[in-house]
Amino acid sequence: MHSATLSVSGLSCIRGERRLFSAVGFDLAPGEWLHVQGENGSGKTTLLRALVGLSPPAEGDIRWGGEPIRRLGEDYRREMLYLGHHGAVKEELTPLENLKLAAALDGRHLDERESLAALHRFGLKGREELPVRFLSAGQKRRVLLARLVTRNARLWVLDEPFTALDVKAVDMLSALIAEHLQNGGLAILTSHQAMPMPSGKAIKL
Amino acid sequence: MSAFLAIVRRDLLLAMRRKSEVLTALFFFIIVVSLFPLGIGPEPALLKKIAPGILWVAALLSTMLSLNRLFATDHADGTLEQLVLSPTPLGLLVAGKIGAHWLTSGLPLVLLAPVLGLQFDLDTSALGILVVALLLGTPLLSLIGAIGAALTLGVRGGGVLLSLLVLPLYIPALIFGAGAVEAHISGLGATGHLSLLAALLALAAFFAPWATTAALRIALE
Repeated sequence: MHSATLSVSGLSCIRGERRLFSAVGFDLAPGEWLHVQGENGSGKTTLLRALVGLSPPAEGDIRWGGEPIRRLGEDYRREMLYLGHHGAVKEELTPLENLKLAAALDGRHLDERESLAALHRFGLKGREELPVRFLSAGQKRRVLLARLVTRNARLWVLDEPFTALDVKAVDMLSALIAEHLQNGGLAILTSHQAMPMPSGKAIKL
Repeated sequence: MSAFLAIVRRDLLLAMRRKSEVLTALFFFIIVVSLFPLGIGPEPALLKKIAPGILWVAALLSTMLSLNRLFATDHADGTLEQLVLSPTPLGLLVAGKIGAHWLTSGLPLVLLAPVLGLQFDLDTSALGILVVALLLGTPLLSLIGAIGAALTLGVRGGGVLLSLLVLPLYIPALIFGAGAVEAHISGLGATGHLSLLAALLALAAFFAPWATTAALRIALE
């Protein structure tokens, strides 16, 4: 069993002809979070996609618990949850179905009580059985964020998690992230807003 | 295994909620097949001769209609990323998606074909061979089609490109599938053709999910 530390060194990414960033490196230990900052188009999303293994970086090394993530494969993906700025919820399905099927695809069984609790926590009480296409943009976002509660991942990689959320939901999410960090989790997020959270590490692209 | 069943269930549930897409491909099959007897006129001998070819070509075209939706919707709403990042092996999930595609677009064709075959004066035993040939051939269409759908994912005008890419690959299925019924009608026996079709299916079942997975990873990079 390896320790849950993410270490990145000498990372560079090229998009088309342009070098987005080079020599990015950081270490993240349990309980720490990283704020990825930068202008639009500076490569924040590209960095996150490289960190989760969606698009391999041009150069550099990404290790989880000392092992390269390429080699860990499924073991890394089990401990990591990436929420991009896509909805990643099915419009035709209800929030409850979305949550339960997402868990089932990850090979986990999620019982009714657990999934309802997660949805209620994100203020979706009374909308569990309504197809997602009838929900507002912020509510769709909340359905996605409910996965943070049900998935039990140690590393959260969140791309603009506060987009489309109202003030109350922003507080709720930052409380959730703080709780996750206290339980020894790790988080990496991008955001243009000032983060309503205890200070963490930051890198600027 | 539970993840495999979960993705099959998910895609079937989605197909249930978007019935029009499944029904469009199905009605397309029915109409194309029915146009030929109306256009050619009541000549039983001629209709009997062209029946296997027409039913098979219509099955290929109707499968094409539903193919570009196979990964495109998941790609557009970001759920495909989540499938790639899931701890479940992607090949298993892709196999589940292909299976669900067959259940919604291939199996209905198999069930409809004997009814439509009556228009062409095919007798019971020939209809039986037609059903067996389609039962072996339509999963092959879904499997090969999935590779094409993954390769053209995110390409503008991907639908036309997909047809150009996939239809030539369907030729062996067409030859052996339609050939089985023809051979049976002419008294040669369909076993040879059906065995070759089954061999192609076994080969595709092994390689297609793997090739599709590789193509999907490239599309998402």
